[in-house]
Amino acid sequence: MDELLQHIVNALILGSTYALLGIGLTLILGIMRIVNFTHGELYSFGAYAVFALQVSMGVNFFAALIIAILIGCALGALIEFMLLRPLQGADIDTTMLVMIGAWIFMQNGELLYWGGVSKAIITPFSDEPLQIGPIFVSWLRIFVLVIACVLIVGTYVLINRTKLGKAMRATFQDSDTAALMGVNIKGIYTATFAIGSGLAAAAGALLGPVFIVTPTMGDLASLKAFAIVILGGLGNITGATLGGFILAFVEELGAGYISSGYRDAMGFLIIIIVLLFKPTGLFTRAERIG
Amino acid sequence: MRRVLPLFWLLAIFTLPFWLRDQYFLHVAITTAIFIIASMSLNLLLGYTGQLSLGHVAFFGIGAYASALTTLGFDVELFGVVHVVHTPWPAIIGFVVGIIVAGLCGYIVGKLSFKVRGAYFVIVTISFAEVTRLVALNWVELTQGPLALNNIPPYTLWLPGRGEYEFLDKTTYYYLVATVGVVAYIVIQRLVNSRIGRAMIALKDNESLATSVGIDVTRYLVLAAVISAAMAGAAGSLYAHYVKIIDPDIFLFIYTVTMVIMVITGGKGTLAGPIVGGVIFGFLPVILRSFAAPAVQWMIYGALMIMIVFLLPQGIVPAIERYATHWKRRTTRTGDAVPANSEAREK
Repeated sequence: MDELLQHIVNALILGSTYALLGIGLTLILGIMRIVNFTHGELYSFGAYAVFALQVSMGVNFFAALIIAILIGCALGALIEFMLLRPLQGADIDTTMLVMIGAWIFMQNGELLYWGGVSKAIITPFSDEPLQIGPIFVSWLRIFVLVIACVLIVGTYVLINRTKLGKAMRATFQDSDTAALMGVNIKGIYTATFAIGSGLAAAAGALLGPVFIVTPTMGDLASLKAFAIVILGGLGNITGATLGGFILAFVEELGAGYISSGYRDAMGFLIIIIVLLFKPTGLFTRAERIG
Repeated sequence: MRRVLPLFWLLAIFTLPFWLRDQYFLHVAITTAIFIIASMSLNLLLGYTGQLSLGHVAFFGIGAYASALTTLGFDVELFGVVHVVHTPWPAIIGFVVGIIVAGLCGYIVGKLSFKVRGAYFVIVTISFAEVTRLVALNWVELTQGPLALNNIPPYTLWLPGRGEYEFLDKTTYYYLVATVGVVAYIVIQRLVNSRIGRAMIALKDNESLATSVGIDVTRYLVLAAVISAAMAGAAGSLYAHYVKIIDPDIFLFIYTVTMVIMVITGGKGTLAGPIVGGVIFGFLPVILRSFAAPAVQWMIYGALMIMIVFLLPQGIVPAIERYATHWKRRTTRTGDAVPANSEAREK
């Protein structure tokens, strides 16, 4: 029982960062119809940005976290502006190939600059874990959970309560009509990609200190984000949030009770099962497009 | 001219070892040829049916593992109940088993994944490849996991008068790979110019129209997946018995990306495309390695991939064909020059 509780707490913390990754990708895939292979690279870039700011400039961890998220947004906007804007209207395969190219380029850029040796991010939190009954949680993980939840709620408010969010939702439903109604579609695309990338960078910056930072950490992150989007349904933020937590629970419990070696396989099995039996995702009634 | 050209290329392929004396270059030629076979099989799906399968390396790896395990033998316990012991068989049977197992996997994956299209199809195929990689990594009893399968024996052939012949040296192995490659090319050429191939191209161009004229879309897609997977399995088997050691890294996504780059650079949906792209990206590392670190090489790959999509979205072969047609028209000035495509060649 104690073991189960510990797994549940771990899954909650992991799930919050998965939700961030998933929301970022579901916005991009839903609104722009772009299979974004650079998503995982933004995730690892977020972690590296915190590391670089800390080591080379001596920036405080909390400030580095905020700057990393902002740099992630800027990098996302740059990618959209340079690579995707010229290809507007191209089919989904074409943009996918460009994103794969960008992903290979960025990952090996990181490898070249920071080397293949994994890096560790230092945090100001004490190593002494918090003990609640039989459960142990490090303060860092609690911090990760809180910040991730703040960002999730923030994105939710942004999409549902602001004018930009309204324009984004309109573009998701019907980009042509939205354009006719005076929505600046190009601007919306750039904003969407920047927000999605910023969320991925945030997830990386938060999980970087929990795990270790390597150039290839983004590969699995990309694939897991796809799994979450498929679970939650396209462009569905609530679905992506729930999907993130479900994936984390399945992974954590699967690793704990079935086999730790197949931990990362759980997400892919979920993808295959969901697409076979409920291809519209678990939380949506809309038709699966594409 | 049209009759002479294939003979010329055949001659070029089969005399290569005579003017490429360097063993290292011959090694590059062999691995390139193996990847060209894999790319040709991917082209059948990507180019002719328009389905971007990003899990293609799974079939390559499954072919390699099936072939190696058939040749090496194994001893596993399934679910703690059934005890399966397999004694080693000759490598040439491993080759056939590799093709069959990969083809079967292609059938299952095709049946399951063609329920979805576009981005979802891509993600399902990637997931499949990742699951196979994790199985290869974790089913240590069968695959030795990260310890890799070692000492995979070479192919042997029984020749009258000469007894058992082992494909050990690079020159003979090159001929073996080249022969399989030519056979694979002919199979694809026959297939795409047949009724089946026309149905595949029709459903790529307009799936709903193809369905409305009575083409059973899923059946043809599954058929393409099976043939494509079997061919990739053959390439995997050739690879396993050439390098003699395989580990779960054979399933890495980067190999699928290499195949995709080869196909789109050369020109998807053309017969010569994967060969042109394969030769470029097979030999490019040889040129780059003298002055660039592996990370830089891959950065160049990534940048090239983006540039090709922007500058030559159809690939090199269609661009050359268009140029050739244009040039022919200008010189003959008859106005009805023969279009340089495969249909014309058939007539």
